[in-house]
Amino acid sequence: MIGISAAFEWHWSAAAEVLPTLLTQFVKVTLLVTVLGTVIASILGLVIAMAIRVLPRPLSEAVKWIANVIRMTPIIIQLLFASYAFLSLDLITIGVIVYGIHYATYMSEVYRAGIDSVPKGQWEATTALSMSTLRTWTAIIIPQALRATIPALGNYAISMFKDTPYLLVIGVVDMVNAARIYGGDTYRYTEAFTLVGIIFLLASYPTSLLIGRLEKRLAYKT
Amino acid sequence: MIDFRDVEKAFGDNVVLHDLNFSVQKGDRVTLIGPSGSGKTTILRLVMTLEELTGGYIFVGGEPLTHEERGGKRVPVSKRNQKRIRQRIGMVFQQFNLFPNMTVVENIIEAPVHVLGQSKREATLKAKELLERVGLSDKAGAHPTSLSGGQQQRVAIARALAMDPEILLLDEVTSALDPEIVGDVLGILRNIAETTDITMLIVTHEMQFARDVSNRVLMFDGGKIVEEASPSVMFSDPKHQRTKDFLHAVLGDGEDTIGTR
Repeated sequence: MIGISAAFEWHWSAAAEVLPTLLTQFVKVTLLVTVLGTVIASILGLVIAMAIRVLPRPLSEAVKWIANVIRMTPIIIQLLFASYAFLSLDLITIGVIVYGIHYATYMSEVYRAGIDSVPKGQWEATTALSMSTLRTWTAIIIPQALRATIPALGNYAISMFKDTPYLLVIGVVDMVNAARIYGGDTYRYTEAFTLVGIIFLLASYPTSLLIGRLEKRLAYKT
Repeated sequence: MIDFRDVEKAFGDNVVLHDLNFSVQKGDRVTLIGPSGSGKTTILRLVMTLEELTGGYIFVGGEPLTHEERGGKRVPVSKRNQKRIRQRIGMVFQQFNLFPNMTVVENIIEAPVHVLGQSKREATLKAKELLERVGLSDKAGAHPTSLSGGQQQRVAIARALAMDPEILLLDEVTSALDPEIVGDVLGILRNIAETTDITMLIVTHEMQFARDVSNRVLMFDGGKIVEEASPSVMFSDPKHQRTKDFLHAVLGDGEDTIGTR
């Protein structure tokens, strides 16, 4: 009884003890995988969306099919598969690549919707001005498509952030699992998990503010 | 300047243009009139390569635009050639189609800089001149979404002119505008027609404008030219019954105009 009730008490000493570990794992795993994963996902997602639109039919269908398969299988299975398939890569690298590719397939759908939302007249204007295909995409289509997609892309980045604990299946200890291990060793779950929650919140909140600001910056000035 | 030879355009089974043969001379201002669905806009879109020709040939300045005849066969021209020829053609759309992610001046200099390879400075200078010409000198830094329809269309005209086109296609450029500003836009186009020798192909419902600007009027119906004349003849003494009915309906002379369509 005493042991159990003690677990629900708040001990500053325990909090102070676990905080450095949590912060280290947060930066080394959670943040690293999320940031690099988001970079890969947002670039690769755009490449996939453009490939489906630009490539000739059998190729674009193939890209679409592969993206669907990746999107429709759990990320845990992809992590396990990649960790056995690429034994020479270190686990964090595998994590970054798997999260990047997995979320790229989601983001490609967002980009696709964004590209589709650009009115036909915009394409016609680029033809009438003899603009190159490259310039049409980089100066007209992508900037306009992005404006519509930033909120959804930001949500996927945050969602990736919250998916990082799955890395445990390939033996990578992220912040959440570091807290669980600490709790298991000391019965001080309360302190560890409260801190985890606060760290997540402190990280997500500025991110959502940033997305909001980005959205405003991309809005057309009237 | 533009030659249509046996031009045919079909959307699936729906043949919009059939056996179309006519020529536009350099400096001509040709207005295409006729009921909606008669294929007028399709002609402009074919010249701008926004639609694919399904039969026949279009020549621009003597060069084939989309297809040519080689060894008795109709073969597509190279993309590079098509692009080179297309650069001589500009178009103004009914819905303006300005780029909302760019300012007014960026809209105008985009193609001169990135297609013609002009320096940004040179292109901007020219853009400012064109903006003055369309009466929007103060709007260079504005975004299209902050402009009225009439202002947007004037920017679109400046944008097309910035490419120094030999041929300008005007596709119902006033149809999306409020009636009270139609006059401004038409005034600018009238001025351009008077001060340049740009060949113009015009689709419009503004008969007064067609009368003022064009030297030839073609009446279309069912994908065919039913009558061709100078504007003075076409509007005062049309020969074909279909033309008479059409003009009667759009010009609204007489009390029985409503319902005559």
